Amino acid sequence: MNWAGLTDFVSMRGYGLYVWGSYIVTAGLMLVEPWLARRQRRRALQETTNLSSEN
Amino acid sequence: MNRPLTWLTFSAPSRFYALANAVNPWLWALAIGLAVWGLYVGFFVAPTDATQGEAYRIIFIHVPAAWMSMILYLAMAFWAGVGWMLNARMASTLARAIAPTGAMFTFIALWTGAFWGKPTWGTWWVWDARLTSELILLFLYLGYIALVTAIDDLVRGDKAGALLALVGAVNVPIIYFSVRWWNTLHQGATISLTAAPKMAQTMLFAMLLMTFAFWAYAFAVVFTRAQALALARDGDAAWVQALRKEKQ
Repeated sequence: MNWAGLTDFVSMRGYGLYVWGSYIVTAGLMLVEPWLARRQRRRALQETTNLSSEN
Repeated sequence: MNRPLTWLTFSAPSRFYALANAVNPWLWALAIGLAVWGLYVGFFVAPTDATQGEAYRIIFIHVPAAWMSMILYLAMAFWAGVGWMLNARMASTLARAIAPTGAMFTFIALWTGAFWGKPTWGTWWVWDARLTSELILLFLYLGYIALVTAIDDLVRGDKAGALLALVGAVNVPIIYFSVRWWNTLHQGATISLTAAPKMAQTMLFAMLLMTFAFWAYAFAVVFTRAQALALARDGDAAWVQALRKEKQ
């Protein structure tokens, strides 16, 4: 175990801004991108022309 | 109909779509599992770096993202080239699907690099060969995306994109070898096949876990986007109509 407690972990012993500034942006992008890709797929399916005879 | 499985099997968009559906849940499970494991080892097992303190922990996302940025570019250029030469539209679609994910990893590599450079070098940015060539990689991705989306004729867009992607591929070895060819502020290669690793085993292990997590993530997202592009492209095909009915 590397950390003396939560404060020690969050502060990253003075490098908190740099470490968390990297990790939070990376995590944010890697959550948004799959969401955008799924939305793109859902919309692509909705926007296909319906060729069936019922409508 | 039971046709034999060949290397061309998944070049049919309908089969590609089904394959992506089948593998994606596994890829996500792999990506999440490996990332949790990698972050645990990276933050709780790997020791503090003797010279950089805790700032070095950025390496667990910086290096995997930088590797992905280069590998995805080569994959994009490869599939764009295959699509152009063999007139295989699913290959071109795959190239289009890779570009945004590659651009995102390039941005992450640059962003985390800046946040690592500030505490260790004293500057967010420097026009050093490694950083500059990685920035050019971002512009190549964005240029590719802008080019293929600007051309309405899909096949022409694919061809123009393939030309740009293949010419731009020259930049990838430049990025990789920049730290050897020029005197850069950026440090040399983190791991090499010919020399013993210069870092602690646990640090290396965490970095490799994160790399595999990013790989699984990239496959999953690219597959989903390729599905979306295939649907848009094949709107009136029977397989899309069948899928549409199924979802209603």
